[in-house]
Amino acid sequence: MQSTAAKSDEHEKSDPKEKKAATEHPSGDKRFKVLDITMKRNQYRQDALIEVLHKAQEAFGYLEEDVLLYVARNLKLPLSRVYGVATFYHLFSLKPSGSHTCVVCLGTACYVKGGGEVLASLEKQTGIQQGETTADGEVSLITARCVGACGIAPVVVYDGTVAGKQTSEQALEHIKGWIK
Amino acid sequence: MDLAELREIGEKERTAQKPIRVHCCTSTGCQAANSLGVKKNLENTCKEKKMGDRVQVVGVGCMGFCGRGPLVQIEAQNKLYEEVTPDDAASIIEAIAGGTASAAEGDPEHPFFARQMRIVRETSGKIDPERIEEYIAVGGYEPLYKAIHDLTPSETIDEVSKSGLRGRGGGGYPTGLKWATVAKMPGQQKYVICNADEGDPGAFMDRSVLESDPHRVLEGMAIAAYAIGASEGYIYVRAEYPLAIERLQKAIKQAKKYGILGSQIFDSPFDFKIEIRIGAGAFVCGEETALIQSIEGGRGNPRPRPPYPAQEGLWKSPTLINNVETFANIPAIIREGGAWYAGIGTEKSKGTKVFALTGQIRNNGLIEVPMGITLREIVEEMGGGVPNGKVKAVQTGGPSGGCIPASLLDTPVDYDSLVKIGSMMGSGGMVVMDEKTSMVEVARFYMEFCRGETCGKCIPCRAGTVQMYQMLTKILNREATLQDIVKLEQLCDMVKNTSLCGLGMTAPNPVMSTLRYFREEYLTLLKDSPNGKVPAGTAASITS
Repeated sequence: MQSTAAKSDEHEKSDPKEKKAATEHPSGDKRFKVLDITMKRNQYRQDALIEVLHKAQEAFGYLEEDVLLYVARNLKLPLSRVYGVATFYHLFSLKPSGSHTCVVCLGTACYVKGGGEVLASLEKQTGIQQGETTADGEVSLITARCVGACGIAPVVVYDGTVAGKQTSEQALEHIKGWIK
Repeated sequence: MDLAELREIGEKERTAQKPIRVHCCTSTGCQAANSLGVKKNLENTCKEKKMGDRVQVVGVGCMGFCGRGPLVQIEAQNKLYEEVTPDDAASIIEAIAGGTASAAEGDPEHPFFARQMRIVRETSGKIDPERIEEYIAVGGYEPLYKAIHDLTPSETIDEVSKSGLRGRGGGGYPTGLKWATVAKMPGQQKYVICNADEGDPGAFMDRSVLESDPHRVLEGMAIAAYAIGASEGYIYVRAEYPLAIERLQKAIKQAKKYGILGSQIFDSPFDFKIEIRIGAGAFVCGEETALIQSIEGGRGNPRPRPPYPAQEGLWKSPTLINNVETFANIPAIIREGGAWYAGIGTEKSKGTKVFALTGQIRNNGLIEVPMGITLREIVEEMGGGVPNGKVKAVQTGGPSGGCIPASLLDTPVDYDSLVKIGSMMGSGGMVVMDEKTSMVEVARFYMEFCRGETCGKCIPCRAGTVQMYQMLTKILNREATLQDIVKLEQLCDMVKNTSLCGLGMTAPNPVMSTLRYFREEYLTLLKDSPNGKVPAGTAASITS
């Protein structure tokens, strides 16, 4: 924290022309460029924090500490604030997720139509609980509060593709290739 | 742009449209069942059969019957096809010229459709949501023009007040009164916010409106902005709704291009721009003060009211927050007049309401009905009842609502009647449960939800929901005694009365309503209830 604050002060004093050089990430990782563009488009406004975190998660897959530090420094926000926001919202993840994601909807409609059973069989098959990722980093099993496709409940979202009226058998069939 | 030019765009669009339009649903529900594949094959067949001069395939928004998607409709011939596969596409096109389609034919006269009255969804499923021209062709943006040129801001508010419209997000606060309050506040900078953070599990009305008719929402917001004197607006939409976000972005871009959003709208001094803010998965952000915190880039913690957002909202400026469906009602109210709208519905609940009818019911989907219709008409006539068995309960209002037992199905659906029986309208989720459903488990399901979604700022909600969840678990594990039920009730009362915001205040509702109507189920699960029987004497003494 100490070093962040110091850096942020330094940043404020620096000439605006040097902004780019001052914020460039030392690792040279191209993905930080995406963040730069987003922050610039939002004129480095502090209220754009959630937007920036969305972009960061899209680019990196999750919000690693380095990314949170980078965002905090550039938006001139205390790291505690950035961390506080990142942990408050369910969609932000501070842990890496698997190559494949399987989101089981547990909204009321899905729940009364057997979404819970679909989840249970997926948990059994993958050997992990909801919210976890398999040890080989292949599959993340996630639950959603409601994806708003209640007319076709129960719903499972496989790698971003919504599938309706799922049974345990269909779900297991779908993730078959994902498990090694 | 003036009115003549706007109408010219509409006229041009109407002339360009083919006499036979094949509507193919491209909303989330139907897309999940491969409606895009259906649409592609419909288009290809049209091309192959050289029918392009009179037949046009249009990707439209939600038609309502989501449980039987993908849906294809040919309005000119009053035909509706259900569960269409890409292989059916060719036969549907051939059927236009005479012949039989291989897809199952639905009945457009079924009560599910016939009992509806569509205002918010009047053009949903009939126009392409990705083209502003189609919206203009059905008279879109004329109400906005009318408001700006024929009405003063206060006359606009008067029309909304006269309509009797109440907030569709669930609270039911009179919309006209809210607008008038914000309009009266001093200060140059005011904001309009559209709450599209539909977090209620079991509800997808807002998603459907945004996906099917985004321009209607933008128009409603613009009229509101004109009425209260705002020049900036935000739509706070859930990140879980990517298609809705994409279509909103497109709609805003198109409206800007035509000069309908931006500066000097319709050559008047009125400026209005809209930005989209994407949520990040927090139910509490549906609460208005939490939503404002989130737009400002912070944690979605609610704060005590007053001051209300109308007095001190976004960046301390007076702010008008309405729900998607509320805004979507506005263009029709301005077009037809407040008195027309007030003629629909009941004495204290005017107009129509969109419901997401789901769960253990034959006809799943979205319906828009006039207020005052009974639950029985919705569930049994329109919904077709439970496929195998009987209705046990209808859950309305999501985690803030309650479970209504089958014996009360004759209750009219309006704000006050539902509150009277211990539930609420909420944003309009309606989940039907059959006799196999354990109501104690349902109560625990909602408590698990609230426990996970509480922001943690106030203790009654943060600790109370956890305790309630544990007590319900204890009951389900058959470890509880009668004393625990008494404690549970006291806790419900405490959380309800001492929480800071709407989430905590309403969190006990599912428990309280199931305790009220399905008490025996709790009692049979008690430790001292052998073989699932109610211990003698106790039931009578506490059921009353």
